[in-house]
Amino acid sequence: MKNYDMTRHVRGESLFADDFIVPEGTLYASVFDSSIAHGKILSIDISEAEKFPGVKKVILAQDIPGQNQIGGIIQDEPLLAENEVHFCGQPIAIVLAESLLIAREAKKKIKIEYKELTPITDAREAYAKGMLIIPPRIFSNGNVEEAFKHCGVVVEGKIETGAQEHLYLETQGAIAFPTEGNGIKIISSTQGPTATQRAACKVLGLPMHQVEVDVMRLGGGFGGKEDQANAWAAMAAVSAFLIKKTVKLILPRQEDMRMTGKRHPYSADFKMGLSNDGKILAYEVTFFQNAGAAADLSTAILDRTLFHATNSYFVPNVKATGLSCRTNLPPNTAFRGFGGPQAMFTFEAAIQKAADKLGVAASVIQEKNLLKEKDEFHYGQLAENSKAQACWFKAKEKFHFDQIKKNVDTFNTENKIYKKGFACMPICFGISFTNTFMNQAGALVHIYSDGSVGVSTAAVEMGQGVNEKIRLVAAEIFSIDKAKIKVETTNTTRVANTSPTAASSAADLNGKATELACKNLAERLMTFIKEELNFSSSDRIAFRDEQVYCNDRAIGLTWTELIQKAFFTRVNLSAQAHYAVPGIYFDKEKNKGKAFAYYSFGTAVVEVTVDCIRGTYVVDSVKAVHDFGKSFANVIDRGQAEGAIMQGIGWMTMEEIIYNTDGKLLTDALSTYKVPDIHSAPKEIEVHFLENSDNPLGIFNSKAIGEPPLMYGIGTFFALQNAMKAFRPEKEFEFSAPLTPEKVLLSLYKE
Amino acid sequence: MKNIIHFICNDQEITTELHPATTVLDFVRKNLHLTGTKEGCREGDCGACTVLVGELLDGRVIYKSVNSCLLPVASLHGKHLVTVEGINQKELNPLQHAFVDEGASQCGFCTPGFLMSLTGYFLANDVYSAEEAITSLDGNICRCTGYASIKRSTEKVTAEITMNKNHSSVEKLVELKVLPDYFLGIQKRLTAIPPFINTPTNDVLVSGGTDLFVQQWEKLLSSDVEFLQRDNTESAIRIENDLCFIDARTTISEIKSSASLKKYFPQLANYFQYFGSLPIRNRATVGGNIINASPIGDMTNFLLALDAQVHLNEKDNERVVPLKNFYTGYKQFDKKENEIITSTSFKLPETNSHFNYEKVSKRTFLDIASVNASIYLEEENLQIKNVHLSAGGVAPYPLYLSKTKEFLLKKTISPQLLKQAAEIIEEEISPISDARGSAEYKRLLLRQLFFAHFIKLFPEIISLEEVV
Ligand SMILES: Cc1cc2nc3c(=O)[nH]c(=O)nc-3n(C[C@H](O)[C@H](O)[C@H](O)COP(=O)(O)OP(=O)(O)OC[C@H]3O[C@@H](n4cnc5c(N)ncnc54)[C@H](O)[C@@H]3O)c2cc1C
Ligand code: FES
Ligand code: FES
Repeated sequence: MKNYDMTRHVRGESLFADDFIVPEGTLYASVFDSSIAHGKILSIDISEAEKFPGVKKVILAQDIPGQNQIGGIIQDEPLLAENEVHFCGQPIAIVLAESLLIAREAKKKIKIEYKELTPITDAREAYAKGMLIIPPRIFSNGNVEEAFKHCGVVVEGKIETGAQEHLYLETQGAIAFPTEGNGIKIISSTQGPTATQRAACKVLGLPMHQVEVDVMRLGGGFGGKEDQANAWAAMAAVSAFLIKKTVKLILPRQEDMRMTGKRHPYSADFKMGLSNDGKILAYEVTFFQNAGAAADLSTAILDRTLFHATNSYFVPNVKATGLSCRTNLPPNTAFRGFGGPQAMFTFEAAIQKAADKLGVAASVIQEKNLLKEKDEFHYGQLAENSKAQACWFKAKEKFHFDQIKKNVDTFNTENKIYKKGFACMPICFGISFTNTFMNQAGALVHIYSDGSVGVSTAAVEMGQGVNEKIRLVAAEIFSIDKAKIKVETTNTTRVANTSPTAASSAADLNGKATELACKNLAERLMTFIKEELNFSSSDRIAFRDEQVYCNDRAIGLTWTELIQKAFFTRVNLSAQAHYAVPGIYFDKEKNKGKAFAYYSFGTAVVEVTVDCIRGTYVVDSVKAVHDFGKSFANVIDRGQAEGAIMQGIGWMTMEEIIYNTDGKLLTDALSTYKVPDIHSAPKEIEVHFLENSDNPLGIFNSKAIGEPPLMYGIGTFFALQNAMKAFRPEKEFEFSAPLTPEKVLLSLYKE
Repeated sequence: MKNIIHFICNDQEITTELHPATTVLDFVRKNLHLTGTKEGCREGDCGACTVLVGELLDGRVIYKSVNSCLLPVASLHGKHLVTVEGINQKELNPLQHAFVDEGASQCGFCTPGFLMSLTGYFLANDVYSAEEAITSLDGNICRCTGYASIKRSTEKVTAEITMNKNHSSVEKLVELKVLPDYFLGIQKRLTAIPPFINTPTNDVLVSGGTDLFVQQWEKLLSSDVEFLQRDNTESAIRIENDLCFIDARTTISEIKSSASLKKYFPQLANYFQYFGSLPIRNRATVGGNIINASPIGDMTNFLLALDAQVHLNEKDNERVVPLKNFYTGYKQFDKKENEIITSTSFKLPETNSHFNYEKVSKRTFLDIASVNASIYLEEENLQIKNVHLSAGGVAPYPLYLSKTKEFLLKKTISPQLLKQAAEIIEEEISPISDARGSAEYKRLLLRQLFFAHFIKLFPEIISLEEVV
């Protein structure tokens, strides 16, 4: 079974934004950004830069023809800073030149004077100063105050989780072409073509039909190009619009790292109350989300944090407060998990603390509190079709939790320098955009007169295999060879008003839309066959392996022949369909409702070994039982799980974003920001597909897979702490991620 | 007069008069429109730009993987450059097949780089193992797959190729359709290319370029550059009596695989596996490492513990400076502007001596050390006869721990002694906080690595509990 995208990838034939051949006379853009985190712009002098040989124009905020605004949910983000700068790396000017090299050199000639203001980089400090993006959000049920009084044990604590750089291998970028009638066409590396179109229209002052956005594929997105691809596309668009030439803007890696937001760092206070036998009775938590300088998607991300406050467990009394704090860092943004991972980390830390206090293993508490069928979440939705326990017990049996514990204990008694640790990590992740209206998608299917098929949807291919899944859907319904089906670029003129490819839901939403459009065509063709060949209306027509069947007998008509016949008989061979997820709603005042179409479940066990001389460690294994529903693309789904796990491990271990107190990013290159390499991958990684699961709400009964497995990586943190405890049983360790070798060593030895 | 750079790219004969410091990455993408080679970082850290360079040696073409973002086009003269387009055939080759089957490519941006590294592995080795094949991918970052599928496909294809052959040769790989037919004619075509005339200059001297092209690739394009290239016939590592001479142009790969050095440092390959990645090691040189003067230089750390000498030359004026006296401040050294380093030399370890090297970084592989440390030690019944200690990441330059050495000389190794020595080390160092760790951490880490030397070398005498 050939996967077309992969076949092109391995030959180096896949085209990414930077690979398109551009017309002669194309100009190259380089972005001039703020070198301070907070301040007023007193003066800016671009005259030297404009005189630089090869420079065609330098664009400032005042040159923007439309509104200088790209904020998505909240309108608080200028495309180019005008009077004030709010973070290091904030774009101020665009230099257009004959080559990127010239543009970059010329940029150095821009003179700017600031009046520096004190930056805030810490979320709690921002909160103390009243710098909130939106008023506090509270999700709750039961009565925590009352419940704590009746708990056998109550633990309180604090967690910190760090930022995470997306590090999509392909940096942000776009190419903008002026089109006739003052329009613009943009080739963009964006997860959200419509959002990019809207942002470009706003800054250009054009109606949406004047701006076309086309996306071939992305060299990785992970959420980093959901909202934050817009700025670069809008800049390229403004440039092309003003100078009437094609403009290419591809961010060099260091500028990408410096100018774009990351996964939100969180700080949180938790309080958990349990019965003496480990039943969780109450949980109170306050999340301080470091949103950065603009809202971006922070508020939606904060909501997901609150949704996932209790991870995969049932808790009768919950109060979860979310504070989105405005700081002087680049606006933080979507990143695989979308606020969920921070919430789950916090809850697992609380369990760990409770377990220590009760003198039991964390797994005892985990197992006792897993979601059962129809348990109610604190926001009112019921855990339907819950596989929390099924996954846990399958994992426990399959991976022999007891044996792991024995092996680890034996190893630790026999070894003085190296210590092993393990941790279990159950997950539960809601599938749907938490903004209900976004749960819609469209598809446009053409059957060409030679029988080949072209499918356009709203989904953007970025490595998650959505194109292949859509191809499988169309091939299944028409029962034709996959080679006959092409998935087209994602283009706003073919499928309009799209939601971004995000929230793990692109295959579900667009797959369903494709299914509808294909079924619509199939029905049309069947009616045509009956009429044309004089079958009765009760005859059952079917397509099987490129042949037409009637009442299970081949009638000697091939797919291609059928299509030709239909074409000459003037049958409409194109169909458009729209899919909207049924039955979901959410009341944002009461914070109650059925926010998700369904949930994804699983349990992983992570084993690690720590070198207690050096503070270094290896992840020995990650083994998971995951609920994929009925997977219809195993290779893709397994790959998503494995890749997400690795990213989760990276977030918990080596991926450390460091800003200094002036708000300057110190880890602004691959030499200082380390993501997992092939050696840091777990020595063993095993992903088991939970049997007997299905999911009518997912495409072909499958379940969304993009994000959920990332959270298995959280187990790594606790496994490491367990290994450290084996070396220093008397010490209490902080819940501060990432747990870098530095933190390991300092925690082991610092008094 | 401009120099003409003449080489073969895939199956195509190329001559160009571009600035010799133009990177191969830009050249193939912009001039040749071969966009399979990707730009992910431009600093040698992602491997998306990996290409192969084949060079004539003893009538054979020897291929190595390199980062095209750090490779000057001039270095291609007389060589065979292979990009992903150059391994494509009508059907997918066995490597490409394995990647597709296992789903080892998701977004695909990293994929050509991985395949080039893997092809390089099969070309550069005679005997294959899956483990080594996987290790050859140490310079390639993939953000999508989590590597599991890449490992699976690598294992699969290694097994396949091993089954089918036991000796590496271009012919065999062509027969197995790993390589297209045109590879068979490359050796002959390369022989026909006339040598490159290097114009001596006083502007910028490029050796492996792994430092220069990260720091100042833009500036290089407007400079006169001279390339230090070693004739393949000259021997890079020479042993004379009890001295070892290493040519400054020797690459880290050559050091790592040196049979003559291995006799004296059995763990050599282990030490240098932590230096950059395979494509970096294939280019990075000893001389470049010394002049780079990075406080955490790994080669310099190794050499300092051997009390190595630096041999300098300017117009045949030779000068020898002990490496430990060479550095005078951050990126400052005892070298006149036009002096070049010709070689470094050191006394070979005594038979009853001990050597150890330690490096800790945030990520174990392809990362700059937070702290590194080496020790050379001669002892008799645990009494220290001679010792050299080096430490990186704890001072403005690669540090030789002279006070600690003085303290340790003639003393008997014991936990107590090490604890005292650790206090002296504390006084000798002045780490700063940066992206590689806080000053506090670096202090603690160096102490730990100092103990690690002894725990490793004298496990019967020194245990972890006794020193910490
Ligand atoms: C991704 C990556 C990873 C790296 N990892 C490591 C690592 O793990 N450990 C480590 O120590 N380093 C590392 N480095 C740094 C670098 O590779 C080394 O310092 C290398 O040894 C430099 O050698 P070069 O020949 O490439 O130097 P070049 O870039 O060619 O030159 C560096 C400087 O030395 C001068 N120079 C070179 N040779 C001579 C000579 N013979 N005489 C006088 N001057 C000379 C040049 O003019 C230049 O100023 C890494 C670099 C990269 C890009
Ligand atoms: S572009 Fe990343 S290593 Fe060359
Ligand atoms: S497949 Fe996307 S980076 Fe490797």
